[in-house]
Amino acid sequence: MRETASPPTSRKPSGDDGQAAPAARRPFSARLRTALGPLPWISPAIILIAFVVLWPVVEMVRSSFLRIRRSGIVKGSNGTDNYKKLFDEPDFTHVLWNTMVWVVCVVGITIVLSLALAQLFNQQFPGRRVARWALIIPWAASVFMTAIVFRWMLHHSYGAINTLLVDLHVIDEGKDWLGEPSTAFPWMIGVAVFVSLPFTTYTLLAGLQTIPGEVYEAARMDGASTWRTYLSVTLPLLRPAILVAVVINLINVFNSFPIIWAMTGGGPGYETDTTTTFMYKIKASDIGESAALSVVNFGIIIVLVLLYLGVNRWNKEAD
Amino acid sequence: MADLVVTQETEPPADKRPDRKRADKKRTRPAFLGERGWGRKWTLAVVAWSVALIFVAPYAEMFIGALRPSDELTKPGYLPSTFEWSNFVNVWKDSTLGDNLQVSLLVAGLSTVLVILVALPAAYYTARRRYRGRGAFLLLVLVTQMFQPTALLVGLYREFYNADLLDSVWALVLVNGAFNLAFAVWILTAYFGSIPVELEEAAMIDGASRFGALRRVTLPLAMPGIVTAVIFAFITAWNEFVVGLALITTPEKQPLTVGINSFLGAYEVQWQYLFAGSVIAIVPVVILFAFIEKHVVSGLTAGSIK
Repeated sequence: MRETASPPTSRKPSGDDGQAAPAARRPFSARLRTALGPLPWISPAIILIAFVVLWPVVEMVRSSFLRIRRSGIVKGSNGTDNYKKLFDEPDFTHVLWNTMVWVVCVVGITIVLSLALAQLFNQQFPGRRVARWALIIPWAASVFMTAIVFRWMLHHSYGAINTLLVDLHVIDEGKDWLGEPSTAFPWMIGVAVFVSLPFTTYTLLAGLQTIPGEVYEAARMDGASTWRTYLSVTLPLLRPAILVAVVINLINVFNSFPIIWAMTGGGPGYETDTTTTFMYKIKASDIGESAALSVVNFGIIIVLVLLYLGVNRWNKEAD
Repeated sequence: MADLVVTQETEPPADKRPDRKRADKKRTRPAFLGERGWGRKWTLAVVAWSVALIFVAPYAEMFIGALRPSDELTKPGYLPSTFEWSNFVNVWKDSTLGDNLQVSLLVAGLSTVLVILVALPAAYYTARRRYRGRGAFLLLVLVTQMFQPTALLVGLYREFYNADLLDSVWALVLVNGAFNLAFAVWILTAYFGSIPVELEEAAMIDGASRFGALRRVTLPLAMPGIVTAVIFAFITAWNEFVVGLALITTPEKQPLTVGINSFLGAYEVQWQYLFAGSVIAIVPVVILFAFIEKHVVSGLTAGSIK
C-alpha cells in the first residue's frame, strides 16, 4: 500500500527499514520517542480527518438504526425499520435506475469526448493557451451557478437555447425541456458532462505527456496509419490515465448534487432524482430513512474507492 | 532528532518539479494527425477555438443576463436593447448578497488557513522521513479524498446537530478544511520531496537553525506547491454548495452559492440579480485558477498521473 499511496514525485526514502531492527535493542524511552516522533507533525491532520470525515460515517450508520423526530430529537431505536421503509418506497427502484443511467452516461460520454479534446489540445496551434483557459472556466466556476444558467437558457419561452433552435428551424416553437423527465434528464446529463470535461481532459493531457515521442517515431517507421497508431500505441499507453479518470469521475458523478437540484430539483415528483438528491429530499421528512439511504450510497462509494485503490496499484505495478 | 534517517537522495530540484518549461519541452507531438503544415495548423485552431467558444458561451450568456433590464428578462432575444450596468449596483440592495459574500470570504479564507496549517507539517514530515505508519497515513489521506461531503451529509448534519454547530459558519470552516486537506497533502508532499535535504543541511552548517533553514530555504522553494494548495483550497471552499445548503438556514449566514437562491423565488425569479451575483462569484476564481491550471491534476489524482 505504501508505494501505491505515495505521490511519484516524492522519492522513495531510503534506509528506513533499518530503523525497526536496531530499535529493538535501544532503550524503551528511545523507542517511544521514535514511535511518537511523527505525532507533532501529522496528528493535526489525523485529528481533523477523524472528527470531520470519519466520525460522520459512524454518526450516519448509527442514525440509520434510530427513530429521529423531525426536530432532531432521538426517540429510541428503530431496528431495521428505516431500511425497510426505504426499500418499500414506491419510487426507490426508479431512483436507483436513474442513478445508474446518470453515472454510466455521464462518465461514458465524458471519457469519449475528453479523449478527443485531449488529442486536440495536445497539438500546437495558434492561440492554444487562450483556448485552454476557456476550457477551465466550468472547472473553476461554481457548478450550481453553471447549472442555473443552463436552466435559464432552456426556459420554454425566453431561453436562448430555445430561441436558437427555433431560429435554426430545428423546432417550431419553444419546448419546455426541463418540464418533461424524458428531455430533462438528457439535458442534465449534458450539463454534468460539460462540467466534468475540463478535469478529465486535463488528466488525459497529463497522461499523453508521459508518452515518449520515440514510440510514435517507431510506429511511423513501421508504416502504421494514424488511426492504427492511436489504437495500438496511444490508447494502451494512456490506460493508466484513463482508468484514474474513470474512477474519479464515477465517484464525483455519483455524488453530484447541484446540477439536478438547480435544474429540476429531481422533479416532477421523484422522476429525475438520483439516490443523492433523493437522500437530500427525504432528509427533510425522515432523517433516519435518509441515513439508511446514505449508508447504501456509502457502500457504493466504498466499492468505487476500492476500485480506485486497485487501479492505482495496478498502474504502479505496470510501470 | 538525530536518530531520524535522512531520506533524500541528491538530485537537482528542477528535475522533479512539475516545471512549466520542462513540461512544454517534453510534450510529444503524435504523428497521427498528419504532417505539420499551414493548413493543418489553422484547421486545428479553428476547431479548438470553436470548442473554446462552447465552453465560454454559458458564462457569456450569464454575463448578458446580468446586464438585462428587468422588463427584457422574459422576452426572447439574444441581446438586450441596452446594457443595464446598474444591476451590479442594485443587486446589493434589498438582498443579503453583501452578507453572503462576507461569509464566503470568511469560510474560504479560514478553511484555507486551516488546510495549510495542518497540511504543511504533515506533508513536510512525510516527504522527509519514513516513519512507522507512513503508509497508513497516506492511505487515510487518499481515502479521505475519495469521500465527499455530499455522501456524508446526513452524518455531518447529525454530528453538528449534536455539537450544536448547526447554522454556524464554523461548521463550514471545519468541513471545507477537512475535505480539502488531501489535495494539499499530495501537492506539498511532492514539492517537499523534490527539494534536496542537502540544501537544508548546507544552511544549517552555515549557522541557520533547523526552523531557520526550513523558513529560508525549503519553504521558498516549495512556494509553487503552497500557492497551488492555497488557491485550490480557496476555490473549492468558495464553490461548496451542498453542505452550506444543508447546515445553514439563516439567510445572512449562508455562503454566496446558497445565498443567491433567494433570487429564485417560487413565483418570480430575479434572473438579472441571480446572474450578477454569479458573475461576481465566478470571475475572481476563474482568474485564480488560471495560475494553478498546470499543477492541479497531480494533486487530484494523488500523483497517479504526473
